[in-house]
Amino acid sequence: MPDPAPLPQDEPLHGYELRVVREVLLALLARDSSHGYQLRARLALALGPLARVLNDGQVYVTLGRLEKAGLVSSRRVGQTDRPDRRVYELTPAGHHQVTEWLDDTGWRKSAPAEFHLKLVAAAAAGLADPIGIVDRQRHELLIALSQAQRAALAEPDGSVAALLLEGVVLRLQADLRWLEACARYWNSAKER
Amino acid sequence: MTSDQPVLSASGLSKEYGKGAALVRAVDDVRLHVAQGESVAIVGPSGCGKSTLLYLLGGLERPTSGTLQLAGERLDQMPESRLARLRRHALGFVFQSYHLVEELTALENVELPALLAGSSPRKARERATGLLEDVGLGDRAQHLPSALSGGQRQRVAVARALANAPLAVLADEPTGNLDSAATADVLRLFEQLHARGQTLVVVTHDERIAATADRVISMRDGRFVDETKLTGGTARSLTEMAGLEG
Repeated sequence: MPDPAPLPQDEPLHGYELRVVREVLLALLARDSSHGYQLRARLALALGPLARVLNDGQVYVTLGRLEKAGLVSSRRVGQTDRPDRRVYELTPAGHHQVTEWLDDTGWRKSAPAEFHLKLVAAAAAGLADPIGIVDRQRHELLIALSQAQRAALAEPDGSVAALLLEGVVLRLQADLRWLEACARYWNSAKER
Repeated sequence: MTSDQPVLSASGLSKEYGKGAALVRAVDDVRLHVAQGESVAIVGPSGCGKSTLLYLLGGLERPTSGTLQLAGERLDQMPESRLARLRRHALGFVFQSYHLVEELTALENVELPALLAGSSPRKARERATGLLEDVGLGDRAQHLPSALSGGQRQRVAVARALANAPLAVLADEPTGNLDSAATADVLRLFEQLHARGQTLVVVTHDERIAATADRVISMRDGRFVDETKLTGGTARSLTEMAGLEG
């Protein structure tokens, strides 16, 4: 499969938010084609009060870029009582991109939102088991925690660097606890 | 015991409570092999069965089914008197709430298991003194537990667990009652034990103590659902984790 074309990065939208929205939109399209407004509603539902970060045009702007990059394609569908709607669907290159995103265990500063949306999207699209994604992330974070902690414990008493390492350790610990909450939720979601 | 034989070995291990509709499988078909010198952490939410599992591994409770071996010897069907003797000699326990004898000094608490196992008073005292030094409490030997902080009490409890040079130390939430500084002391101690080749099994919901292990096993509803090996893995760099790059 050819690599997807790089996306234009010159728009004045926040890079991080844009990236997440882009991947989530692709994932939500993995099972069924969809209208922009449906995609926006699903994103808003997953984000709850945090959905404010999505400005109204962002979903449509992003879809337009994804189409330019060859990751989605669209067609017009006529409606009798309303203006035509544009229906988007994933291309093979888009599918490839979604798979890469789901496999990526990177953990950026704003990890909770992206990871949360990754699980929502993976479950919605039936692409990957959210529990499997949680498990792989736990492996990464536990290894990171053991390294950070070893470094922290090796510092002499009163070391100022130990304070920074403690910050790393506590953040990883909090992240691991939240992963457990994710595992609980998606486990019970499976049983429902 | 040969070097490649597991110290602890469980297979099909299950523990059920209640009957009929009220039946609870606290531990459900667990398979676990702990190698000589290995440190294993078992993590999971409250009620996942991890403490019950530790009690089974330590011969403190009997499994409903399955087999359990300590250094190749079957524990699951062993008569109680023999099991009690083996527990005393071959296993060390560390509990969340320390379980020290309040009327005895730190030193007397640490020498007690050796005395109970038939060691001479002089030998027991020598070993206990050395163990208290090892956990950094040589100067607290004559203190009663009530005069010690939580972290110090837990270090006394760890020294006591080592009194008979056990094949394995089994710990149940050893940092559960401790603040962050005292937790760091106990973490250091567990890292030391591990570095010296002590076989360890820790059940905990503290990710920090779990991260000192070679392997972390996640437990849910009585079953093992995931395992992470912490040795030999390469994670992202510390600078990246600290936000200095990446």
